[in-house]
Amino acid sequence: MNIQRLLAMAYKETLQIWRDPRSLAVALLMPLMQMGLLGYGVSLDIKHVPLCVYDQENSQASRAVVDDFTASNWFTISHTIASEAGIRRAMDRGECAAAVVIPVDFSRTLAATGSAPVQAIFDATDVNTTNIAMGYAQGVVAQTNATIAARWAASHGVQPSLVGRVDFEPSVWFNETLESRNFIIPGVVAVILALVGAQLTSLTISREWERGTMEQLISTPVTPLEVMFGKLIPYFAIGLLDAAFCLAVAVFWFHVPFRGSIGILFVTTALFDLVVLGIGYLISVRIRNQLGASQVALLLTMLPTTLLSGYTFPIDQMPAAIQVLTYAVYSRYYVTILRTIFLKGGGLTDLWTPVLGLVAYAAIIIWLAARAFRKHL
Amino acid sequence: MMAEVNEIAVRVHGLSKSFGSVRAVRDIDLAVAQGEIFGLVGPDGAGKTTIMRMLAAVLRPDAGEILVDGVDVVAEAERAKLHLSYMPQRFGLYEDLTIAENIFFYGALFGVPRGERIARSQELLEAAGLLPFRRRLAGQLSGGMKQKLGLICALIHTPRVLLLDEPTTGVDPVSRRDFWAILYNLREGGVTIVLSTAYMDEAERCSRLALLHGGEIRHCDTPQHLKAAMPGALLAIASAHPRDVREAVSGKPGVLGALLMGDRVHVRVDDAERRIPELRAAIADQGIADAVITPAEPGIEDVFVALLGEEKPHEP
Repeated sequence: MNIQRLLAMAYKETLQIWRDPRSLAVALLMPLMQMGLLGYGVSLDIKHVPLCVYDQENSQASRAVVDDFTASNWFTISHTIASEAGIRRAMDRGECAAAVVIPVDFSRTLAATGSAPVQAIFDATDVNTTNIAMGYAQGVVAQTNATIAARWAASHGVQPSLVGRVDFEPSVWFNETLESRNFIIPGVVAVILALVGAQLTSLTISREWERGTMEQLISTPVTPLEVMFGKLIPYFAIGLLDAAFCLAVAVFWFHVPFRGSIGILFVTTALFDLVVLGIGYLISVRIRNQLGASQVALLLTMLPTTLLSGYTFPIDQMPAAIQVLTYAVYSRYYVTILRTIFLKGGGLTDLWTPVLGLVAYAAIIIWLAARAFRKHL
Repeated sequence: MMAEVNEIAVRVHGLSKSFGSVRAVRDIDLAVAQGEIFGLVGPDGAGKTTIMRMLAAVLRPDAGEILVDGVDVVAEAERAKLHLSYMPQRFGLYEDLTIAENIFFYGALFGVPRGERIARSQELLEAAGLLPFRRRLAGQLSGGMKQKLGLICALIHTPRVLLLDEPTTGVDPVSRRDFWAILYNLREGGVTIVLSTAYMDEAERCSRLALLHGGEIRHCDTPQHLKAAMPGALLAIASAHPRDVREAVSGKPGVLGALLMGDRVHVRVDDAERRIPELRAAIADQGIADAVITPAEPGIEDVFVALLGEEKPHEP
């Protein structure tokens, strides 16, 4: 590789990016937009689930259960109704997502046996929300159990501790405030890098074909490797700059806790940057028109990164076959690394598997890209 | 006419290229002497661009040998590229880069050291009259200026062989004249130029021409020899109704061909002495009174039509 040719290539590409408003917009505005959109718009937290209450007994004990639901902040009572059909109606209209039915013999059963069933009904059209709401409901009921046990113990003159008082204490690690934003925002860096990196590079070779500059370029002694690295250098720098910007916004604006090492973050971000640039470049070499290339780039980078990396949808909740598939998605490794570094603060010893995955991916992609470009028509 | 063997700048032997079932170039032999301006002339689809691309090592031939400045273009494409410069038919420079940036970029790719690049681009820009525009984006240049810029980028590394594919297509006459002045200068400096052209007046400026048709070289000689080889004699008939004149003389005995040339008709006949009165009569019969018949010097276009028209084109 000849340094003069490599630098000439990189400089030329930089000038072209600088003078192309579209490229500049993708490089500079896209991260800002995405960060705002994903940082503010996307929240997987569920608060104030509309709850329909059908209290058949309406006793002091049953009202206590209902109070526990409202006190939790997770549920808001939207309806208090007096028939089973009312639940159905409210759910059909979408006015409530969950319902609690307290049987007519609730307090009697409770007094007699020490436990009484309470029915909870969930609208499972949105499985994700339902899962979370169910978890909340269980939390509420556990709380109620604890109170009842305590009261029972008191009324029978027994020390509460002796009846095995159920103490429901939700314990959340690493994301103490339980904010999904903390969970999401580190992953946004992956999405933005995938978007910006692959989008911009996917155009770089196809643009030369489309504008008719390729024929002149390949008539010079420039080597395919010089073309590739020369073209990728400016995009690599843009990628790192965007990543730095996003990380700064995550930490200083959204106050996502950062507990890991900046060094590991930098190295893995550079690796991920290489992977997406390599993919964009490969696409560009294969597809000789800009529109097609950018579409394919979107398909091969954004889609797997948003859907299969664990960025929004937890991998361990996917069907087994899909879980296996995620190992082929390079962003999976990077998202894992990002979350670990941000929220857990793990070092290389905790991260060597995803880091290795990323290294392997980068090596293969760059090797393929280096061989892809042929210097003839 | 042929130069000594060691002065051959471009040698082509048995060159062939097909695209699918279309045989674009068929078994071509060529030898261009150093310092020549060699022209490839032919209608669209004759194979000019395909030949130029193979000479420039951007397209691989199916068969045949190409030596440029002694380097095997097929086997050592990258080394050959250091000796030659290629200007594609379509403007191939970066329209979003300025004149100076384009020149600098290509200079760097050809390995011209920085200092030399500056000096040489200054010199070339000055010669082409582009120095005042060096900060202008290439996309904002006129057709003629673009071609000059293309030439400067091609010349920045002082190539031994210059390959120009229809360099003046779409360029105004004044710019074309300037362009040719630069080419003549280069030839003085010992640069060998191979160019393709669809303009017959340009063909006439070449030292030698290859007439291409259907991917084959039909004739290859100096413009003078080609004109001398044209069978028959040429008559020019001037009239206000050239189309009617052509109509009147076509197919008459002894008429080998009639070609519309602006307001005149070039008629090729077997024997000028004998046919002039006959033609005059035939034109008068059609009620055209203003026709003036004079013997004419054949141009390359006449030669081209005469030499290629008699042979049946190959079926693909």
